[in-house]
Amino acid sequence: MTPKELLYTKTHEWVHVETDPAGAKIATVGLTAFAIEALTDLVYVDLPEVGRQVAAGEPFGEIESVKAVSDLYSPVDGQITEVNSGLSNNLASLSGDPYGAGWLIKIKISDEGGLSELLDYAAYQEQCEEDNDE
Amino acid sequence: MTDLLFELSKPGCAAVRLPDCDVPERSIEELLPPGAIAAGPPPLPELAEGELVRHFVNLSTLNVSVDSHFYPLGSCTMKYNPKRNERLATLPGLLDLHPYQPELTLQGLLELLYRSQEMLAEIAGLPGVSLQPAAGAHGEMTALLVVAAYFRDLGEKRNVVLIPDGAHGTNPASAAVAGFRTLPVKSTKEGFVDLDDLAAKANEQTAVLMITNPNTLGMFENQITQITRMVHQAGGLVYLDGANMNAILGITRPGDFGADLMHYNPHKTFGSPHGGGGPGAGPIAVAERLAPYLPAPIVVKHGDGYRLDYDRPKSIGRVRSFFGNTGVLVRMFCYILTHGSEGLRRVADGAVLNANYLLAKLKHIVPVPQGERCMHEFVASAAKLKTEKDVSAMDIAKRLLDYGFHAPTVYFPLIVREALMIEPTETESKATLDAFAEVIFRITGEAPDLLHDAPHSTPISRPDEVQAARNPILRWSPP
Repeated sequence: MTPKELLYTKTHEWVHVETDPAGAKIATVGLTAFAIEALTDLVYVDLPEVGRQVAAGEPFGEIESVKAVSDLYSPVDGQITEVNSGLSNNLASLSGDPYGAGWLIKIKISDEGGLSELLDYAAYQEQCEEDNDE
Repeated sequence: MTDLLFELSKPGCAAVRLPDCDVPERSIEELLPPGAIAAGPPPLPELAEGELVRHFVNLSTLNVSVDSHFYPLGSCTMKYNPKRNERLATLPGLLDLHPYQPELTLQGLLELLYRSQEMLAEIAGLPGVSLQPAAGAHGEMTALLVVAAYFRDLGEKRNVVLIPDGAHGTNPASAAVAGFRTLPVKSTKEGFVDLDDLAAKANEQTAVLMITNPNTLGMFENQITQITRMVHQAGGLVYLDGANMNAILGITRPGDFGADLMHYNPHKTFGSPHGGGGPGAGPIAVAERLAPYLPAPIVVKHGDGYRLDYDRPKSIGRVRSFFGNTGVLVRMFCYILTHGSEGLRRVADGAVLNANYLLAKLKHIVPVPQGERCMHEFVASAAKLKTEKDVSAMDIAKRLLDYGFHAPTVYFPLIVREALMIEPTETESKATLDAFAEVIFRITGEAPDLLHDAPHSTPISRPDEVQAARNPILRWSPP
């Protein structure tokens, strides 16, 4: 998938939604290249356990760079079904391939209505440009 | 870089020559049970006294401090520590006391602590003071425990702490340690608390708003009375993070603009040493209705003397052994007495004047996104330099070391990109501020490649920060 096909949060998470064989909507969540560049050199990522309930806009983990520690925010309501647990020992895949091997978690979405709150590619680009101008 | 003692070690070298043993020698196996005998002697370095002294003296010359360099580290307030306070704090009558001495023999120290409580209450405009907390963040936690005890006593279930997004990281950490849930409040583009966001979040769950004023961008929250009123109307309390009290001493008081509790950082406000992790002090001041919950004991006046009052049934209990870190409190007391109330105001005036002078000189070189004016510090942004020349805030900070200045704080607060947070403090001369501005101007004109590799004159240039964070080497081991 390419960045243009994804949805985004204002807090720089990307979301890719698929339907699993049982018909449930699964959101794969990652951090955008823009955010990763702003964080600079990554040091540590703290991801949650599988099975945890998350709510849109609430933190599900943390990412630390040489500059700062930042929260990672869930884009949707739901339950975590998978965690990219190899990531903590391979942060290079997060900075090198943020939209592929660098995915963070998968969430089984409980409220699809929340998806309409997310930004599309164009709206997210616009926000990044505004951030750059500040 | 200097070699380590272990690397300098040569077998047989010694700083002292011990006299021959004058009692009959017995084998170690005879004296100790087998389990208590090590396989061999510990691998201690072996050096002559001269080598040892040079090693430490040479290391000490690598120190950078406000006594040796301009040190404009924003937020941290690297304030000059008057040397007379060091002398006074080591007077035998203060230094050689023991906390288990009878109260009657501690009257001098207790009077000093009692008067410190009174002075801190007056400066805060809040009457209840505890000197126990051992650091600013410890003061935050103590105050939050006071808040929790207060609402528990009232029978109100309030478990949310509101924290503006520009706050010091200690605020949410203290709130979490004290058992609260935290909710960030947004800032406006101008860098103030977003009143609409605050209105949406202040409700019957709000225990306390933790606000830093002047805020971490170095600006006085111009809507502060409106902010405190909104929180009070929602039934919550307002906590003032006193990190920036050095900008408002004698000008306004947290109690007057609606704060119910606060902490002081004596090292930022009253010239006590930073202490490199301790011992520190973080006294707190609270409103009348919160005073019963303060940690016990508190120093009270009793007839002609002073005593420790432990009879405080609603107290949250002790947060520190004995009377807190009195050595730091003595320095604070001396600082306040030396300046007096007029002088403290001049301290704040000087801090604000110096920061504004530097702001006016620098804003044409490195933009300051929030505001034409500041209080005691300001936040410049190297975002434009980063985009146009690939020169980051970090590059400027590193290069400043080559010019003999300590770097400002970088990348904080997080709400400003490529932040350079500059706080000159009140004790710097105009000449120093001019020289610093001149150097910043020169650096912004230098070649990016030169800056990417800076500093060029320090014993270590750019440490590998990622490896230092992920795989720190904390102990020397033989190669």
